[in-house]
Amino acid sequence: MEGLLSLAVKAIFVENLALSFFLGMCTFIAVSKKISTAIGLGISVMVVQTITVPANNLILNGLLKPGALDWLGFGNVDLTFLGLISYIGVIAAMVQILEMVLDKYFPPLYNALGIFLPLITVNCAILGGSLFMVERDYGFAQSVTYGFSSGLGWALAITAMAGVREKLKYSDIPDGLQGLGITFITAGLMAMGFMSFSGVKL
Amino acid sequence: MAQTRRTYLVDPLVDNNPITLQVLGICSALAVTSSLQVSLVMAIAVTSVTAFSSMFISMLRNHIPGSIRIIVQMVIIASLVILVDQILKAFLFEISKTLSVFVGLIITNCIVMGRAEAFAMKNPPVDSFIDGIGNGLGYGLILMMVGTVRELFGSGSLFGITILPTVNNGGWYVPNGLLLLPPSAFFIIGLIIWAFRTWKPEQVEVREYIIQEQEVEAH
Repeated sequence: MEGLLSLAVKAIFVENLALSFFLGMCTFIAVSKKISTAIGLGISVMVVQTITVPANNLILNGLLKPGALDWLGFGNVDLTFLGLISYIGVIAAMVQILEMVLDKYFPPLYNALGIFLPLITVNCAILGGSLFMVERDYGFAQSVTYGFSSGLGWALAITAMAGVREKLKYSDIPDGLQGLGITFITAGLMAMGFMSFSGVKL
Repeated sequence: MAQTRRTYLVDPLVDNNPITLQVLGICSALAVTSSLQVSLVMAIAVTSVTAFSSMFISMLRNHIPGSIRIIVQMVIIASLVILVDQILKAFLFEISKTLSVFVGLIITNCIVMGRAEAFAMKNPPVDSFIDGIGNGLGYGLILMMVGTVRELFGSGSLFGITILPTVNNGGWYVPNGLLLLPPSAFFIIGLIIWAFRTWKPEQVEVREYIIQEQEVEAH
């Protein structure tokens, strides 16, 4: 249990997907102009991440790893090279299913998050989460924790970024830095801020 | 015809750079720029994936139903990325370890998807191939610029060959450790954007708010 808690804190702050691995940067920069949209996108990422990381964990351990197909009589088959294509497939399918479920059963939530869901399929943070899960060899419980907390960390980062940018648009910025340039520098400063968590040990 | 093809190739380098203007593909790239060698491998990988995926998608563009086009594009891109991943693992194992998940993340690299969607779905295969190479090179250019600054000033070397002898090895250069850390990539890209836009003022974004000039009354 303690291990899971420290994994969660590490994934939210120390190894923040957006600010220390630069994942999901395209959406991070493009959709962080207003706090309300940033929160909506952040929550959608969190939800999708919590579902897809464990789902991909099950696929990896149940189908792709060497020996996983033992029950079919293919004991030595190693399908891990098919990993990338299956993870992205799972993500695309999950996003589609989530969209349909929300549309049918939770219309208000669908109206709030609907426009962000297609964006999420191509968000590197989602695929990145699954790939880190594979690389670090997480178990099922760990992957649930990691999925949720890395999504939360991303949501936190984009919300903070949107807050800064809402104030920033009133400032007097040199012409060449206007817009994209200053956003990058702000993101850099925020990343330095998040680096100060790196000494935290639980 | 030859003229337009040349534009497809040259235009994304500065005038319509995927990173500094289109805001595409910043996702996976920045973490890999702390050394020049790794940046070069990443740039080549992205260029080849973009070029070939654009070409294949363009060949199939009249046969892909609109409603499932994203999934079809994903499958083509993912297959190419798997190929690149396997080649790197076979021939450049050390570098593929350093790149870790970032090779896989080429799939969701917005440049690849963005060019497929914006260009390859509307243009013939050869043009799309050239457009893919052009955009890959534009991306690679920024990657190499960032990589050069970070490796030269962060560890005093280029491609692992010592240029500025560091103090630890008995030289005179005190390396700037910040440049090896992730945040520095943001600053360098921000400054590159500033430099590009000073050079090409038409890329400057319009301000949302203009600060009113105020007259100060003399007392």
